[in-house]
Formats: sequence, C-alpha cells, structure tokens
Amino acid sequence: MNNKRKAGSGSQEISKSIRIWMTQHARACISSIGNIFKNPIGNLFSTTVIGVALALPAGFYMLLDNAEQVIQSWEGNVQIALYLQANTSDERAIFLKNELGMLKTIESITLITKEQALEEYKILSGFAEALDSLESNPLPSMLLIQPKIDTFAGQAGEDLLNQLSAIPEIESAQLDRQWVKRLIVILHILERAAIVLATLLSVAVLLIVGNTIRLSIINKRTEIEINKLFGATNAFIQRPFLYTGLIFGLCGSLISWFLLLISTLIMQEPINQLATLYNSDFSLQGLMFSEVLILLLSGGSLGLIGSWVAVGRHLKDMEPQ
Amino acid sequence: MIQFTEVFKRYASGKEAIKRLNLNVEQGAMVFVTGRSGAGKTTLLRLIALIERHTRGQIIVNSQNLERVKGNRIPLFRRNIGFMFQDHRLLNDRTVFDNVALPMVVAGYSYQETRKRVHAALDKVGLLAVEKSSPPSLSGGEQQRVGIARAVVHHPALLLADEPTGNLDPALSWESMKLFEQFNQVGVTVLIASHDLEMIRKLKKPIITLKAGKLLTATSNVDTDE
Repeated sequence: MNNKRKAGSGSQEISKSIRIWMTQHARACISSIGNIFKNPIGNLFSTTVIGVALALPAGFYMLLDNAEQVIQSWEGNVQIALYLQANTSDERAIFLKNELGMLKTIESITLITKEQALEEYKILSGFAEALDSLESNPLPSMLLIQPKIDTFAGQAGEDLLNQLSAIPEIESAQLDRQWVKRLIVILHILERAAIVLATLLSVAVLLIVGNTIRLSIINKRTEIEINKLFGATNAFIQRPFLYTGLIFGLCGSLISWFLLLISTLIMQEPINQLATLYNSDFSLQGLMFSEVLILLLSGGSLGLIGSWVAVGRHLKDMEPQ
Repeated sequence: MIQFTEVFKRYASGKEAIKRLNLNVEQGAMVFVTGRSGAGKTTLLRLIALIERHTRGQIIVNSQNLERVKGNRIPLFRRNIGFMFQDHRLLNDRTVFDNVALPMVVAGYSYQETRKRVHAALDKVGLLAVEKSSPPSLSGGEQQRVGIARAVVHHPALLLADEPTGNLDPALSWESMKLFEQFNQVGVTVLIASHDLEMIRKLKKPIITLKAGKLLTATSNVDTDE
C-alpha cells in the first residue's frame, strides 16, 4: 500500500515536471515572439537579410535543377552526323540512306545533300555573295541519323558508330553527344559552386543570427541578472533566445521561399517564350514541397545554431551583480 | 538559518571585505546589519546569496553548506531567498504584475497559482490597483513596495534586503520596515543591511555591526562565537 502510494506520487512528480517543462517552453516561445514584435522594423530587416542569404543558394539550386531537366530531355535527341566524301554522287548518297535506314538500331535517317547544305549555310551565315563566287561547293553531303534510344544508351551506340565509319563513302561519323557531356560537366561544376555559395551564405546567416542574439542578450542584461538572482536556471535564461534564433531562421526561410516564388513568376514568361522557340513545352519549375521543407529545416537549424553559439558565449559570464 | 564560521572574503584586487566573521542567525529571526559604507554589509548579503564566494571558512544557509552548492544547484538554492535592493531593480519594460510574477515564473508555477500569489503579494503592499502600470510611472515609495512584493511572492524562507529604505523619507521607511516585520511574523527569516541606526533601534531587533569586515558588536538574540 505504502509502496503503491510512493509509486503513484512518483509518476505524479514526473507528469508535474513535464507540465512545468511544457509551460516553460510555451512561455519562452511566446515571450520571444513578443520581443520580436517589440522591435518590428529592425527584426524585419534582420529576417529579410537572412531570407536573401538563403534565397541566393536556393535559387541557384532551383535553376540548376531546371537546367538538368532540360539537358536530360535533350540527351534523347542526340544525333549521329555522317559526312560523306566530297566525290560521292547524290544517287549514291540516296542509296546509302535507304540501305542504312533498314538497320534495326536506327530510328530515322535524313539526307542533306551538298546543295541543300550550301543553301542552308548561305541563309544562316549571311555570306551568300562570297559563297556564290566559289567555283565548286566545298560542303559535303551529310546523313543525319537518329539512333534508337536503347541503342544510344550503351555500347551499341559505339558499335553503330564503328560500323558506320567502316563504310568507304563515309568521310567521318560524329556522335553529336560531346557537347551534352560537356554541358553536364559544366552543370556539375556549377552544382559545386552552389554548394560553396550555400556554405558561405550559411555562415553569413549564422553570423547575422548570432549578432542579433548577442545584441539582445546585452540589452537584456538587467533582466537576465534579476532572473538569475531569483533562481532562474541557465536553461530558463537561454530558452527565449534559442526560440528567437529558431524563429528568425524559420521566418528567413519563409521570406526566401517568397522571394523565389516572385523570381519564378518574373522569369516564367521569357522562359516560356524561349521554350516555344525551341518547340518545347518546358516551363520553369519552382521548389517542390519537400524542397521547401528542406529550406525551412536548414533555415531553422541555422537560426538555432547561431543563437546557440551566441548564448553559449555571452550568457555564462552574466552573473548577478 | 545562517551560520558563519571563521569566514573570510578576499577580492581578486586583494581587498579583504570580510575578516574572520562568526555569526549565527536563528530561523525566524529578524536581524539588522549596520556599519559604515565599505564595512562589508553588502558583501555579507552577497555571500549568503552566492553572488560572491567566500574565500575561507564555512557558511551554512538553510542547512546547506554553501561550498557544496554549485552549478545547477545554485538556482534551486536561490529560490528559497527573496531579494530587495536600494535601487529597486525593477524591469521598466514590464508591468508591475510581471515584475512581481518573476520569481514565480522562474520557478515554473502555473499561471493560476502565479496570479493568485502575485495578487496576494500586491494586496499586502497595497498596490493591487496599479498591477498593470509600468514601474517608472510609480513613485519611489511605490516602486520600493513593488520590490518588496517581488521579494516575498514565492514565499522564501529567507529575505535579504540591501539598504531597502535608502531612498525613502522616514515615514515611508517606517512603513517598509513594518512590512518586513509582518513577513517576519509569519516565519520568514529577515536580514536587512541598513545604516539608518535611528530607525533600526526603534524596532528593537537584534543588530549586527560590522567595521572593516569584522564583527564589531552584536546585540541580543545573535550568537557570536567571539
């Protein structure tokens, strides 16, 4: 009986301390929100700076993500260009076209005769008159081959290329893929650059939050001392500042998301125009829900870490006088 | 309640603020500490509240040896003490209610309990009507009484007051002292540092007189080992 009563009072103690703990957290949270609203303009500036600092790497990431999607859609359009020898007749070229068109690994094949190529070049280059003065057509005929997607993907692509190069009339066979590869590598470099940028700007966010919290700790010196004098634990003193940092980080993330939304809207129209010119239905993709969550999470944790550092450095030596 | 045995306090500057102090304040007593400026009155209070650490000897407060009260245990120790200052040390950006509620909030009491106790304390010092005012809008005497309410709201076992009447006229000082006496009558041990000898004598309470960090005299009810 006696033991039971003890156990009961023990669990009551635990539920009581959980209740106190929750009360203290709610109070700290409310009081830090209240403090933020006591200086709305200054704190709006701070959060906006955090927002811009987060928006830059997030926006960079968003653009890269979009660029990658564009490139992936291009990769399926890779062609093989076969340049025929200059002395190949048009009849021979048409024969080759029909022959090669029967290969299973080839999706479609187009012939561009040297005359067609010259016409096209005249139009595109603007050197029409200069070209007219040439005695003979310097351009070769060309077969454009669209390989089947599954051919293109692996070793089969290389095999096809070798097979084509072996045909005597063919001067050279170029797999028009190199520049896509280069672009992908460039994107990888830019991705690294985005990581570097994100790291640098995260440090900036840490410093902004840290400094804001440091100033508010100094401003509240009297309050902190009185609280300590009446038995406040360090955790009690720290809590409002940590909440303030967290709120700064979260609000900064929200602002950066807002900035990205606006930027997306501003850029949407010219990008759509560009896509139309390329006969593509591409449109700029904003952040996905999970990416917004990651943005909020990183903003929040940066704010928390920044305030944690400031609190750790400045609260310890604030003993009552 | 408070026991000093051969206590020394030497500051980092080398100044000895307390020299070989022995004294014993019984639980439930109301004791005055007097002496000139620099005699060690404030240091004595600061040692009891663990704002300063003594350098030698032993201090026992509320049956706790202060040398063993460290780190996390300091806040809990201080929750048994109420403080009063000459300069009030109220938070001017908070209401009177919030100022008085501070010790309750620090200790994690529920809002209902806090409100009940804050109202009781403000009622006791006659300031219930101004609970929503901010301290700077009150007179010096009223601010003083807000400070008293804050010092007792959490029902501390020990009340420490450093020159509580320093800035008040005699009539207000007498009122404050009567308030302290009432708290003492309900069992709170009260230790007041004051140089207002004239008034202290009228209250007929034990007086500890310090001079240059040493015990000069102690009147009845205060045991000294010297």
